[in-house]
Amino acid sequence: MSRKRFRIVRRIFGLYLPLAAFLFFALFPFYWMLISSFKGNPELYNLQANRLWITHPTLEQFQELFARTAVLQWLWNSFFVSFLTSMISMTFGIMAGYALARLRFPGAQAFGLATFVTYLVPTTLIFIPLASVVQALGLSNSIWSLVVTYPTFLVPFCTWMLIAYFKSIPRDMEECAMIDGCGRIGAMVRIVLPMAIPGVVFSGMFSFTLSWNEFVYALTFISTTTHKTMSVAVPTELIRGDAYFWGELMAASLVGSVPVALLYSFFMDYFVSGLTAGALKG
Amino acid sequence: MSIARAERLPARPWAARFVKPEALTGYGLISPAVFLMLVLLAYPFVLAVSISLTDRVLGEPGKFVWLENFLKLLQDSLFRQTVWNSFVYTLSTVFLKMVLGIVLALLLNQEMPYRNLVRGALLLPWIVPTSLSVLTWLWMFDSLFSVVNYILLGLGLISKKIPWLGDPFWAMVSVVIVNTWRGLPFFAVSFLAGLMTIPRELYEAAETDGARAPRQFWHITLPLLQPVIAVVVLFSTIWTFADFQIVYILTHGGPINATQIFATMAYDVALVAGRIGEGSAISLFLFPALLVVIILLLRYLRRE
Repeated sequence: MSRKRFRIVRRIFGLYLPLAAFLFFALFPFYWMLISSFKGNPELYNLQANRLWITHPTLEQFQELFARTAVLQWLWNSFFVSFLTSMISMTFGIMAGYALARLRFPGAQAFGLATFVTYLVPTTLIFIPLASVVQALGLSNSIWSLVVTYPTFLVPFCTWMLIAYFKSIPRDMEECAMIDGCGRIGAMVRIVLPMAIPGVVFSGMFSFTLSWNEFVYALTFISTTTHKTMSVAVPTELIRGDAYFWGELMAASLVGSVPVALLYSFFMDYFVSGLTAGALKG
Repeated sequence: MSIARAERLPARPWAARFVKPEALTGYGLISPAVFLMLVLLAYPFVLAVSISLTDRVLGEPGKFVWLENFLKLLQDSLFRQTVWNSFVYTLSTVFLKMVLGIVLALLLNQEMPYRNLVRGALLLPWIVPTSLSVLTWLWMFDSLFSVVNYILLGLGLISKKIPWLGDPFWAMVSVVIVNTWRGLPFFAVSFLAGLMTIPRELYEAAETDGARAPRQFWHITLPLLQPVIAVVVLFSTIWTFADFQIVYILTHGGPINATQIFATMAYDVALVAGRIGEGSAISLFLFPALLVVIILLLRYLRRE
């Protein structure tokens, strides 16, 4: 009996309490974002009220946001750029990943190394000259500047992720297909790709999230309000001088966070397994 | 069939290696990625070096000044402070993320109800756009309405408000907290993946030999987790060193440059003040750090 009590106490102090502390730390900002966006201004700036709860929930902040700002345009820009770049990066990543996992050719190792190194290069190392490259391509201040530049960090990521997946698929299957008259590319598309779906989905979704969240390039290359993406538009367009409209800012942050959070909750199993697989292989 | 044809080619041996069908397919498949890397990564990098050797300002090409930008920066007290801040920021956040990440991974590795839901919830700070979540932290650290102070005062943990973003010391504490908050999930999940590969039998054997939990941790868990820890720490080091958005949104490098780090200073100098040559030089100071991380990682991965 006392042994059982000891185990319960140990579980509370050794697991549930510390875990609750971590959960509070991780989730409180989202709770704060949520309740701030459903409060009206009088309640939001009332220091006497219970600030951790809402007494008069209202949609005022969202109405303001959608009526006064180009938030729908920003959302569309984010979606357009993220969708296109993740598709491009996935395609290039599948091609390069397959080549590195299966084919033998001089320079393959050097290319693998280059991919790995590129994956590590921080965007802040080259954003200044990249702005001139974007200008030379005639793309400055257009969302196409992002479509062109995001694959530079997404393709290495996808390639690296997919090499591991392709390597885990047995060679026999595609060799059979090739004997049966499939070409190399045919075997890759018809046999290997379907078996690597979890890896492909994961790298595509993760690329989407990375594009949606990217900040430095979008801040540097684009200055026109209607061409901005969500992650840059909210902190730059909704803060005017020293005036912070917190209700509206939190509503916009919520609107910008929900798409990736939703995407992530639908595919959470892929996400966690993909992430752990990546960590193991990385 | 195609292989047979390749063998009949009367080419010289070294040339034949490049024109083998397998090699040709390989080059075809990697060419888009190679093109991208050359045009949008290697070329800008060369451009960064060449711009940093000029006194270019916005709208003027500038002239070649050798290493003047770098030498000037090394004597500049603001830049020295930036270097110091970057080290403080990187070392403290990476250390915190590592220690807390191990603790969190050990917790998550235990049996519990709703385990997947808990894991998913804890990953959220890492998934949501950083610029938007950092805005929330900006609002949480507001000088007048800070909810962090509201909670700490309410619990009686502090007796007067903390000037989170208004004071040089607390501003650094704030950006460190937010970076740790954002990066912790990546550490915890990677460590968790590492923990799951450790065979259970090792712990069972230790148990029968009478080793208690702390000894099991030091003699089994930590040594076997070490490769994952090393790789994650190295990745995080370079990304934190080159971090931009948390500082840019939360403090903008202030107050009085107390949180100015490489990327935010490079942005201010090159794109706000328009001194592109000097700004490029500041960015390039990230390169030695990147080089060290790459060398360590490659040596580490090769040994594994």
